[in-house]
Amino acid sequence: MTASHDVLVIGGGGAGLRAAIAVAETNPRLRVAIVSKVYPMRSHTVSAEGGAAGVAADDDSLDEHAYDTVSGSDWLCDQDAVEAFVHEAPRELLRLEHWGCPWSRQPDGHIAVRAFGGMKKKRTWFAADRTGFHMLHTLFQTVLSFPEIVRYDEWYVTKLLVDDGRTYGVVAIDLATGRTETITASAVIVCTGGCGRVYPFTTNANIKTGDGMALAYRAGAPLKDMEFVQYHPTGLPFTGILITEAARAEGGWLLNKDGYRYLQDYDLGKPEPTPVMRSMELGPRDRLSQAFVHEQAKGRTIDTPYGPIVHLDLRHLGAELIDAKLPFVRELCSKYQNIDPVTELVPVRPVVHYMMGGIHTDIHGATPIQGLFAAGEVACVSINGANRLGSNSLPECLVFGARAGRAAALFAGLYGGRIPPAVMAQGRDEEDRLERELTRHLDGRERIADIRTEMQITMENGSGIYRDRDSMVKAFDELQELQARFADAAIDDHSRTFNTELVALLELSFMLDVAESIITCALHREESRGAHQRTDFPARDDERFLAHSLVQREPDRAGRRVRYLPVTITRWPPGERVYGR
Amino acid sequence: MADEITLEVVRYRPELRIEPVVQSYQVPLREHWAILDGLTYIKDHLDGTLSFRWSCRMGICGSCGMTVNGDPQLTCATFLTDYAPGPVRVEPLRNFPVIRDLVVDIGDFMDKLPTVKPWVIRDVDSPVEEGEYLQTPEELDEYKQFSMCINCMLCYSACPVYALEPHFLGPAAIALAQRYNLDSRDEGASEREDILSSPEGIWACTFVGECSAACPKDVDPAAAIQRYKLTAATQAIKNFLLPRGAR
Repeated sequence: MTASHDVLVIGGGGAGLRAAIAVAETNPRLRVAIVSKVYPMRSHTVSAEGGAAGVAADDDSLDEHAYDTVSGSDWLCDQDAVEAFVHEAPRELLRLEHWGCPWSRQPDGHIAVRAFGGMKKKRTWFAADRTGFHMLHTLFQTVLSFPEIVRYDEWYVTKLLVDDGRTYGVVAIDLATGRTETITASAVIVCTGGCGRVYPFTTNANIKTGDGMALAYRAGAPLKDMEFVQYHPTGLPFTGILITEAARAEGGWLLNKDGYRYLQDYDLGKPEPTPVMRSMELGPRDRLSQAFVHEQAKGRTIDTPYGPIVHLDLRHLGAELIDAKLPFVRELCSKYQNIDPVTELVPVRPVVHYMMGGIHTDIHGATPIQGLFAAGEVACVSINGANRLGSNSLPECLVFGARAGRAAALFAGLYGGRIPPAVMAQGRDEEDRLERELTRHLDGRERIADIRTEMQITMENGSGIYRDRDSMVKAFDELQELQARFADAAIDDHSRTFNTELVALLELSFMLDVAESIITCALHREESRGAHQRTDFPARDDERFLAHSLVQREPDRAGRRVRYLPVTITRWPPGERVYGR
Repeated sequence: MADEITLEVVRYRPELRIEPVVQSYQVPLREHWAILDGLTYIKDHLDGTLSFRWSCRMGICGSCGMTVNGDPQLTCATFLTDYAPGPVRVEPLRNFPVIRDLVVDIGDFMDKLPTVKPWVIRDVDSPVEEGEYLQTPEELDEYKQFSMCINCMLCYSACPVYALEPHFLGPAAIALAQRYNLDSRDEGASEREDILSSPEGIWACTFVGECSAACPKDVDPAAAIQRYKLTAATQAIKNFLLPRGAR
């Protein structure tokens, strides 16, 4: 079976929905479709809590937002991309306001903004602490007003169709029926989000399995800066559920086992009773998560059945503020930790949260494969460099989702046309492969969950908050073994109807490839920068590594190579990252 | 506390047999484990063929609604220890066609949702360059609770009217229409009037209130419906009494 569109968006989260609207607005004649493995309103954007940054206040400026982002990135971002981003973010957030997003307000009716980590000024728009949820539903409901946007809800993309350096569409499974279909398109925009599930302890939803990264990687596109994995400093210890940075922006403190605000020992400033911008608890996430590891080494964390923890203290904020600004935090603590942050300390520990790296794109979301675009967490433009600042990712979805949508619409308008026979043959081959996957391994010996769990532990041990050559070489070897074992993985379920085990198998296969790309990039980068901290190379090395890593499969898929691309610097030459002083 | 609990899962596999069957599984009974953790334990360790939806596991994505011991619940926000010593009966959400096992077909809701036009409608859309539409915190509070709907379908599962009358728009769709009707930025109430006031709209509701009781996010769809009934009745009287231009 074959369906055909002009522009196909993979993923229905913040970036994908924004991209689809941009296509429809740019050229209403184009046939645009969104294919997503979940209903769009289930997408992981829904879990974002704290807010979305965009300069709004009179005392703020685009340059300050840009500088905070550049220094937060440890100078690894591309400054032209950052300048475009800070310039367009406020307009995108306003557009969402016009579409109905219930942003929190000041008494006079203007948008309210809050402080956030690593930001010198208050510029984070928020909808209480359910910002991502409200943004996603606003976008989804707005998409419903565009009847020309077709949706493939609960379809799982398994392959990008690429021939002679150009993309022509995808192969996907309709989960409800098990039917596989080749869906052709003149342009494809990948907006599938991150890959937190390659790690054992993550804020990410179950669906965050790096599908889009692996699809592009397998199709020959380079992945960029994959070694930069963000650990958020405050996850609930058993579940990994995120406790938003907004809790600290509103005045929360991080305490070690002695009740001491330990961040003062890590060059992050002096403890003050009220929040100070770019200081202490409002430092950047990489530095805060690293501080935790040092506290643990000093024996100043608290051991629990779910690992060592520190405490987030919100008690002094009072019930009124917590209910007004952080109601979801209170709900999550109550449900998942059986505590009330109004009267009790919240146990937290660092948790894998976000991928700075992703599919290599230019400032318009275009990848090196013609007709293939990417935006959101799956992409690496890069505005995040070695460490993303909190509240930059939601506007990134909007700004670069819209940019990719416009660029894809332009491309599809210019280069529509015939699908080469070789592409249709690829599609048939993939459909045959999926048929074999469904029936394979009746006698396979390996369980999907076992391989997945071992991969996750391997990644935590090999490329956690601190890494070194030995740990990564070991992890790389283990991943090769896991790839071999995966070939022998079994599935019990051979039904065509909503086969979630087949999806889990395909997701695991994607995750193993993404994991390999992370370790490969991390091994090659012999320096410490932002979220990539090597105990064997503890210093930043601008001489060798003020550059993006690009990892790419060799054409025969047997090997991979890493090369480097210079960072674009426009106005902020590399300097020291200074927080709290 | 016993260290295991029995989950009795109602399974339906269209390729195997016509009727659903109950299958029992022993899962660990641990503090902090949600019903969902029990189900993923089954999937990972006991039986890979069990199908169910889940994603965020923090009560916000709306994927994992099921019927637990007779009540519609988000299984990621409902805990095994609350059902000890068990057994716990896990069934698909009621009032929906079952696709497979615990996965239901919500296509009916997805088709109905656009008919209430759940987006901002303006007579004139101001350019973004002119800044935000002002909205005071009090105006925000007017519709805020109805904007909290996560589309989890628990209210449809609980609704006795929807059970008997599948054409009924249902609680969440009506609440979302009201979410926009009550938003100070919206001017589209008249465009939503026909569908809301139709026999499949608010008048089908007999105000049992099960929807509001079932909602995991404290949305009160029953109140949205009651409030709109008043609006619609007032509008009907105006339409009857006043000339067109004055309504």
